[in-house]
Amino acid sequence: MLTIRRDLVDAMVAHARRDHPDEACGVLAGPAGLDRPERLIEMANAERSPTFYRFDSGEQLRVWRAMDAEDEEPVVIYHSHTATEAYPSRTDISYASQPDAHYVLVSTRDPDTHELRAYRIIDGEVTEEPVEVVESYMFSHTGADDVPDVP
Amino acid sequence: MAVTVSVPTILRTHTGGEKSVKASGATIEEVIEDLETRHSGIKGRLVKDGSLHRFINVYVNDEDVRFAGGLAAAVHDGDNVTILPAVAGGSGAREWWTVS
Repeated sequence: MLTIRRDLVDAMVAHARRDHPDEACGVLAGPAGLDRPERLIEMANAERSPTFYRFDSGEQLRVWRAMDAEDEEPVVIYHSHTATEAYPSRTDISYASQPDAHYVLVSTRDPDTHELRAYRIIDGEVTEEPVEVVESYMFSHTGADDVPDVP
Repeated sequence: MAVTVSVPTILRTHTGGEKSVKASGATIEEVIEDLETRHSGIKGRLVKDGSLHRFINVYVNDEDVRFAGGLAAAVHDGDNVTILPAVAGGSGAREWWTVS
């Protein structure tokens, strides 16, 4: 299950719409170990393509170092599909190497309605997960049943 | 040349969970060989057909070694070597107007 604040969902969709027809991509960073996305980091698509995306390697190093310095991790890796469904492609699966992250796909193939779906991709296996959009994390249950809710 | 290597999550199975390990060598290739002697299997995740795997980014300090000679990139005493999995993908959908 991906629990995510509405403003972050809106920001990912807006990014995807803005870069359409090229694929948009980015990261949602959050405090390490909490599985809670807090801030969006748009990444440049070094491929600048309607069918491929790639984080620029230098930018990725800067962003990963910045997250590390703040004790954050990439909670969500997102990208858009501009003419196909919001489902991981074979390419997406072969590159997925952040087993702790949620992979979010946004499809902008329809100009009026977007699709946004989330997946875990671990060892080449794709498992879709429900997306729970919340107004704030204040009262949402993001941990195990014996873990207090996030304050 | 003694260097510190930052290891991403997916490769920590080879380092017993450690995210930072020491290694030595004069080039990235030597550093990887050295890592392999203590962390068996890691080389196969980093090198394919004699060059760096395209799904892996390796940096010496701030520079992607792809721009510094790849496996032949030089490393010096005290350098930080960072390994990050490349983040990429895409629908890969063949555009209808391309000629195959």
